[in-house]
Amino acid sequence: MESTMPVLILAIPLFTFLLLGLLGKFMQRGMAGVIGTSAMGITLVLSYITAFTYFFSGNPLFISAGGDRLQAVIFNTVWLQFTPDQIDAAGQIVKHGLAIKLGFLLDSISAMMLVVITTISFMVHLYSNGYMRDHHGVCEKGFQRFFAYLSLFSFSMLGLVVATNIFQMYIFWELVGASSYLLIGFYYTKPSAVSASKKAFIVTRFADLGFLIGILILSYYTGTFNFTELTSVPVEGLNDVYAVSAGTAEHIRSIFADSKAPLFMGASVMTWALVLIFMGGMGKSAMMPLHIWLPDAMEGPTPVSALIHAATMVVAGVYLVARLFPLFLMQTSALDIVTVVGAVTALYAAMVACAQIDIKRVLAFSTISQIAFMMVSLGVTRIAHTDALGHEVHEGLGYMASMFHLFTHAMFKALLFLGAGALIHAIGSNDYTAMHGLRKYMPVTHWTFLIGCLAIAGIIPFAGFFSKDEILTACFGHSTVWAIWMTLVAGLTAFYMFRLYFLIFWWKEHKVHGEHVPHDQPWTMTLPLIILAAISCVAGFVPFGNLVTWNGHPITGAGFFTNLDNLNWNVAVISLCVAIIGILVAMKMYRKENPLPEKMRSALPRLWDWCHHRFYWDELYMFITHKIIFDRVCKPIAWFDRHVIDGTMDSFATMTNRLSVAIKGLQSGRIQNYVWVYLLGALVLAVVTMLCVL
Amino acid sequence: MEKTMLCYLIPSLIMFCCGVYGFITRKNMIAILISLELMLNSVDINFVVFNRFLFPGSMEGMFFTLFAIAIAAAETALAIAIIINVFRSVKNVDVEEVSKMKF
Repeated sequence: MESTMPVLILAIPLFTFLLLGLLGKFMQRGMAGVIGTSAMGITLVLSYITAFTYFFSGNPLFISAGGDRLQAVIFNTVWLQFTPDQIDAAGQIVKHGLAIKLGFLLDSISAMMLVVITTISFMVHLYSNGYMRDHHGVCEKGFQRFFAYLSLFSFSMLGLVVATNIFQMYIFWELVGASSYLLIGFYYTKPSAVSASKKAFIVTRFADLGFLIGILILSYYTGTFNFTELTSVPVEGLNDVYAVSAGTAEHIRSIFADSKAPLFMGASVMTWALVLIFMGGMGKSAMMPLHIWLPDAMEGPTPVSALIHAATMVVAGVYLVARLFPLFLMQTSALDIVTVVGAVTALYAAMVACAQIDIKRVLAFSTISQIAFMMVSLGVTRIAHTDALGHEVHEGLGYMASMFHLFTHAMFKALLFLGAGALIHAIGSNDYTAMHGLRKYMPVTHWTFLIGCLAIAGIIPFAGFFSKDEILTACFGHSTVWAIWMTLVAGLTAFYMFRLYFLIFWWKEHKVHGEHVPHDQPWTMTLPLIILAAISCVAGFVPFGNLVTWNGHPITGAGFFTNLDNLNWNVAVISLCVAIIGILVAMKMYRKENPLPEKMRSALPRLWDWCHHRFYWDELYMFITHKIIFDRVCKPIAWFDRHVIDGTMDSFATMTNRLSVAIKGLQSGRIQNYVWVYLLGALVLAVVTMLCVL
Repeated sequence: MEKTMLCYLIPSLIMFCCGVYGFITRKNMIAILISLELMLNSVDINFVVFNRFLFPGSMEGMFFTLFAIAIAAAETALAIAIIINVFRSVKNVDVEEVSKMKF
């Protein structure tokens, strides 16, 4: 494959960002939207062609003779050369020096991510053309800036997923963080938006510190940044799929598997490296306890929430773990940490989502919970083994399920967010109490939102059913406890999504305030909803087992609808029952106005309070930062700085000042005094000279 | 009475001491200027005397004296101009009172 197209995929959004950012104010606002959207459309087409070529062209670069999918480095250029290559007399490179490269790595997950990112990004661009206008169709202030930022984000995210080495990934990782910061703080005159953007930036930056240290440890011991080398490690019982020099693979394997790496605090240094890298992923993917920024990030415009904080950027953590998965597989203790963090977060976020009033907050916590599903799914993945009941569990099923869920979740969560945006745009409030009974007024939004809810709840045949079922199957294959836990969370998911649905669209008749009657939004906003709803209906039938697996080896044989073959009907029936129970409970409680929710709330006031206040995590952070870090640590340091360090310097200045004041009388400016002094001095000298002479 | 160097140098010394005394004690700027001229002139006398008695064959002392007189005239003119300007701005020629430009 030529490298022109991959370069264009990255270059077009970057160029659009520069164009709109620099020249945006010289063009009409609407024009900026048209340029941004059409540029994204071109990127979408190019990405689709690239992904299609990768998956279906049969090119030997991308698929081996045995049907295994390969990693292909389309191009890889040196960006920063730190130490020179060692070259022998014949001009051959003996040993590569330390360099950071920028390139384009195409494999199954990056091709899949290209599709996800460009699809959602294009939908969001299109949608923003309608959303960022008022009811008279006049563009908001900063319209061009908004599209410039969206392009910057798309560029960064695409660069992140196609990174050829972990350092390139880190660079783009920070770039998505920066564009997320800019977009959360888009309404920069609103104090809550400003503090939310700061919070997101600081929390993720704190996590990225761990990521950076992890990268340094990892690359120090393995001697490479490249994913192709890092992830080509042969694992016991499996063939080395991606052909890389045997020496490197053997070296990395010896570090990881044969515990040649030194120990630190009782664990292998490589486990620490992976856990620290996972910490970066926890920050970006809002896993507990670093989740606190995501709900506040909803201060940004709703299309931004759909693009960044639901579908693409927040799954970067999952993508990171998936990218380094062969390494995690050799350090199963790191995978156990991933599982525990994911499972706890999933339950926590689902519980909190049940007690939120702001509809975007509900969706934000639902996003956290769903990402945690993906994490758990990665965490329970092991190489082929038999489960407790004696069934053969397919190797890497959890990995496939995680990527599958990432794909389907991006579609239906973007749909839900865009639907929520349409509601907010029509009502002018984030609060469901201002909505109630909107189904007759906004039929398109209602039906697409319902499809989104059904998809996330996991009702057959919508997308979420297949991916969630495979996650649960993978969990059952690993540990029954986590499987039951996650099944309960799946039920809770169905409950809180339908609670939201019924409270928005049913509950009671909508009270129309004034002359403004809520109605469906213009086509730029409804078309993305319809397209995403259509995708959510059919995305479950994508044969992911064939396309995306951890080692490129298809999970099942031929056949397009492999997901149906892959279904474990025992698990499917259980999860379906749980989901339907969740929906029925929600229906009973919220379909018509009734005192039941109020009764339940007063029956369990403590639980409701804790869920409503997100288990007081923000308060805990406030306590730690303000009461402990600021008061106990920063204030003494500030005192030391102000009084000891500054004090020393100040005292030098003060002493000089005092001394000069004391002796300034000598400079009387009276010439006669000077003459006196001069005369006396001359006399003294004369006398002394005479005494000496005599 | 034989004319020796002392006959010239002693009056010159008296003149110089008067000049120094006047320079230190007077408060009037004009008086200070006069004292200054007194000192200069006593030095001029010394020049001439030393030239006349010690090196009768040469003329450097004489020339320097003439030179110093010319410089002193210019300097006096300058000083007077300054004093007049000071007087215009502070209506005073008392050297103690002129402290406007002090720190």
